[in-house]
Formats: sequence, structure tokens, C-alpha cells
Amino acid sequence: MPEPINRITGIAAPLPRANVDTDAIIPKAHLLTIHRSGLGAGLFSEWRFDDDGRERPDFVLNQTPWREATILLAGENFGCGSSREHAVWSLMDFGIRCVIAPSFASIFHENCQKNGLAAVTLDEAALAHLVACAQATPSGSRPAAATTVDIEACRVTAPDGREFPFTMEAARRQALLEGLDEIGASLRHDDAMAAFEARDRARRPWIHALPTA
Amino acid sequence: MTTPRSIIDKIWDQHVVADLGDGRVLLHIDRHMLHEVTSPQAYAGLAAAGRRLRRPDLTFATADHIVSTENGRTDDTVPGGPEMIRALRANAEATGVALFDLGDVRQGIVHVIAPELGIALPGATLVCGDSHTSTVGALGAMAWGIGTSEVEHVMATQTAILRRPPTMRITVGGTRPAGVSAKDMVLKLIATIGTAGATSYGVEYAGPAIRALSMEERMTVCNMSVELGARFGLIAPDEVTFAYLKGRPFAPAGDLWEPAVAAWRALASDPGARFDAEIELDVSSLTPQVSWGTSPQDCIGVGDTVPDPEREADPKRRQAMRRALDYIGLEPGTPIRDLPVDMVFIGSCTNSRIEDLRAAAAVLKGRRVAAGLRALVVPGSGQVRRQAEAEGLDRVFTAAGFEWREPGCSMCAGMNADRVPPGKRCVATSNRNFEGRQGPGARTHLASPATAAAAAVAGRIVDVRSLEAHSLEGSA
Repeated sequence: MPEPINRITGIAAPLPRANVDTDAIIPKAHLLTIHRSGLGAGLFSEWRFDDDGRERPDFVLNQTPWREATILLAGENFGCGSSREHAVWSLMDFGIRCVIAPSFASIFHENCQKNGLAAVTLDEAALAHLVACAQATPSGSRPAAATTVDIEACRVTAPDGREFPFTMEAARRQALLEGLDEIGASLRHDDAMAAFEARDRARRPWIHALPTA
Repeated sequence: MTTPRSIIDKIWDQHVVADLGDGRVLLHIDRHMLHEVTSPQAYAGLAAAGRRLRRPDLTFATADHIVSTENGRTDDTVPGGPEMIRALRANAEATGVALFDLGDVRQGIVHVIAPELGIALPGATLVCGDSHTSTVGALGAMAWGIGTSEVEHVMATQTAILRRPPTMRITVGGTRPAGVSAKDMVLKLIATIGTAGATSYGVEYAGPAIRALSMEERMTVCNMSVELGARFGLIAPDEVTFAYLKGRPFAPAGDLWEPAVAAWRALASDPGARFDAEIELDVSSLTPQVSWGTSPQDCIGVGDTVPDPEREADPKRRQAMRRALDYIGLEPGTPIRDLPVDMVFIGSCTNSRIEDLRAAAAVLKGRRVAAGLRALVVPGSGQVRRQAEAEGLDRVFTAAGFEWREPGCSMCAGMNADRVPPGKRCVATSNRNFEGRQGPGARTHLASPATAAAAAVAGRIVDVRSLEAHSLEGSA
């Protein structure tokens, strides 16, 4: 069940590349698990590490201060490709609490929501400003100025104080703020489910009366 | 007079269980497919919360991603596999879910077996923890990929929480030239509108060039709906669909068949139905397509040259193109034809059905794979494999020098020991050419089965239409 989250203040790492796919976020070698935990080790592993497992110094998350980022500044169509929720689990295990992008791939967006990872949509200009602020921090310097994402107020505050409002559907926002148990909430509609099934059995019996395997 | 409705409107309206407000509804899920990579954590969550699987009778499981495709494979063939395969088996058994396990002829890629077994049906909602679930939209189902948390939600409630997606109709007109496949059609479509061209839309494919497709070709088109960014893509059912489904193990039978067909006929979009977006494509002058980069939208005709990023106006696209060319090891202006290749992979949920194997075998018959090239053909299911063997296709492949494998996702998922070595170039019939998709450093060129087979013979990318196809008659 996702933890409630209303405000994230931290270091924002710039990765302003379009069409970053979930294969890149967590390569398949790290999917060989039946658990949700520990996946941060595989985050962007082909970009973070060389063939011998050493960190690639030119990758943003291997650089100070961004290796401690809690916010990721991403490009359009972030999270496209495979439906693997491991991508979200690995971002969160690494410490990322919010991804800001001009757009997200649909399944990834849902996966963020279900785990309490804030997926915030900002336009290109706003994102370019945040990226510029992040990159203005010379590599190796610390501490970096913080970016704040306020879910309650629907506002991102850049390190230089500029504010960018964003919109988020009410239900998504509420779920982030309250950390809802979505399955528990849906199960309260048990009567409606039973009524639907009874009605549908009469209407489309072939859906419900299957031969056994 | 009632408002004209699209097929998507009709399927949606038939499945609403409860309105949650905010535009969200609980939508009934008619069929839930499970596989070993995205279901174990969902089962663990269900158990931890003390919840039960609501409709085991509507839930089906198979292992496909992690399974070895080596002949004589076991649970233990692939490192990391045994725990996942055994978890799926134990979970299915404990919850009364039908499992098509290793050794069962019905085992195979989840999106290949769902239609093949008649599990996927017109007008049904079908989900699976896999993005290419869109494949089975070819039958007129509303089918989409979900994450593991949603898998758990469907397990517990047999519903999914959804907002009604905007709708798009993609009308494909013209007549496809000879030697040009459904794969070429969908690659061209993605190259035209981009990988985000249909983001979040529910898509209906329509038009004469779609109607003219066989059932299996329709699956190839719908498979790559997710590469357009679409939530799902479907094709209204017709006589082709009904003929395909009749007699399949889980399809309606006996007294249920006629009422089912009558209901399915009524699904077609009404004349005048409104879509939020309309796109048209004409395939009359389409040529075989090959990808040059690391996104499925990076496709060109086989006679074309690799585009030059410096001529691209959009700076972000320019940067992405440079990065793609750097990874794939190509220079702008290089003809894609005659590019030497090291490997060929025929398989995946896009192109591993019997017609795909026939198309490849027609090119390969009487020919040999180029020296030094490794070529794999991986049937999508045990039944495809069996049928291909009955038709003698396996002998055409092996005589040509292809490896004839057991069913699974193989090199498309790259989780199962089938992968392309770093820096090697592969022509693949799969759906994704992302960096590292077929293995770290792998260079993937997406193409049709016929184009892949032709590349295997030539040892380089060629226009399959330049090779004389042989009749498969008498190959058995």
C-alpha cells in the first residue's frame, strides 16, 4: 500500500531525454525476482555501470549531488515500452519520489500512481527551466539547492524560487495525499460486482460459462 | 434515434460495474492472463492482505518470458528462472487457475495462446501484465497491458479502475503491394505518427486494407498498438474473426455459438460514430520496412537511406537521432540495404504465428543461411510448433541452417539466455529496438518475417522482393 505523500523537497536530477523506456529504467537482468524490494540496484544499470560493473562517471545519477536525487526531471513519453512495474519499484528503491516530465507513457503513469510515486506533468518550458536550474549546480558541489513539489498545492518550486503550477486529476492527487488502499476501496463495491456478474451471465453466458482446461 | 456509437463505446458501456466519480469507473474484466514475470508480486500482495482470487475461472496462466527455448528445456535451464516458474505453478495451483505449463502443447507466448485457445473473444475485456496484450484486440476485444498492482486489483475484484480513454480511428486504405506484409504496414504507421502518436487513446483500426488482413495479420498490427502509445487497439470482428474462433477450446460452443456471433456482429461502430481523432494511411505504395535506430518509429523503406539528424528541425528529435545512430553504429546517408547482419530472430508475440513461419519458410526453402550468421526461429506456442512440423516447415528452417526452438518470448524479452551479443547486428521480427532490448549493446533492426528470412540468406539487409519466393507445396 502506498505511503501518503504531500510534499517532496530535494535534489532534482536532470535526464531530459525523450522516450526513456522501462527497459532502460530497469534492464531485464534485474527482473529475475519474485520480490518488489532491492530493485534500486538495477536502476538504469546499463547507463549507470560499465560491463565490469563500475560506475560510468558521465551518467547523471553517478554524480554528486544528483546521486542523492529524490526528483527526476525527464523527457517526453517517459516510461514507454514494457509494462514492468519493476521500473517504478526501482526508481523508488533508489530514492526517487517524484518524476516530472512533459508526458508519460500510459501504463507507466498508472504504475506510478499505484505505488505512490508522484508523476507530475509540466510543459516543456517549465521543465527546461528546472533542468537549467539543476544543471547550474556544478557537478561535485554540494549541497544543491532544493526543488519542491507540493502535491497539496499542485505547485513545483524551482531552486531559484520560480513557481510552476501543475494539474493533476483529483482522484490521483487524493490517492497520493492519502496513500489509499485502492483494492480495499474497490472491494466496497462488492454488491455492484455481484449484480453485474448476475446480469452479465444472462446477457453473455459465453463469457462466464467456460469449458474447463 | 440513438446516438451512433463506436465499437469502443459499446464495449465500454457493457462493462461498467460502478461509477467511482471523477470520470473513473470499475470496469469488468472478462479474461485475465498471467505470466511469470509480472504476477508473483501480485500474488504475494493478495496473500499478504488475506484476499482471495475472485474469478479463477476467468484467469489463465502460462510461463513465456523467462523460459528457455532450448530443446529439452526444464525449469532449471535458465538461471533465475526456476524460482519464477515454480512460483507461477504454485500460485496457479493454490488458486485454481488453469496453467499452460512447460511441456503442455498449449504453452506459449501469452498473446499467441489467448486467441489460439479461444480465450480472447470479440467484445471481451482482457488484461495481462504485459504491454503487448494489445495483440488480441485483433479479435475485437478491448485488451490492454497493466502493471503488477493492477494485476493484483484484477485478481481481487475482477475489475480494473479506468477513465474512459479518448478514441482514435486509424483508417488504412489502398491495396497492399505484393511482398509487403502487415508488419510493414504497422511499422510504417508508427514511423508516420510516432511512438507517442496515439498516447492514451483507444484505437480502432478500420478501412479496406485492415479488412483485407487475415486474423493473424491483424494480430501483428494490433500487437504494436502500444508502440503508438495507445492504451489498446482493436479491429471490429467480422466473418474472418468468427471463422478463426469457431471450434477453439475455450470459445463458445454448442447452443452458445450463434447468440455469441449475433452479439459480436452488433459490436461494429455505427455509421457516423464519433472519434476524438481520425488518422488515415494509404498502403498502395508501401515498401518493406526496416528500422535504422532505437525506437520503433525509426523506420524507413528497405530502399531508403539512414536519415541525417542535421536535417531535422526539432532539436530534441535531432539529439535523439544522433544518440540512436551512435548506439546502432550507422552513418547518415547509408543505404539500409546491404548492411551486414550477424543474427536473425524470427519469433515474438508480433510474428511467431503459423502464417509468419510460412512467410519466412517460403523465402528460405532451397536456400541457406549466410556463413557465420546465427538464425533462430521460435514458434509462438506449442501448437504453432506442432502445426509447423506437420507442414514440414521445421525441416525447411533447419535445412536452411536455422535453429528450431521451443516456444517462448526468446530474444524479444532477452531474459532467457537468447540474446544478441554486444555490438552485433540482428534483424528481428519483434516489436522493440530499444537500446539493450535484445541484450546489452545489441543492435536490432525490426522487420517482417519475410525480410528477416531474406536477410538471413543474404547475410545483409535485402529487399525480399528481389528474391524469388518458392512454393511451399510439397515441402512436407
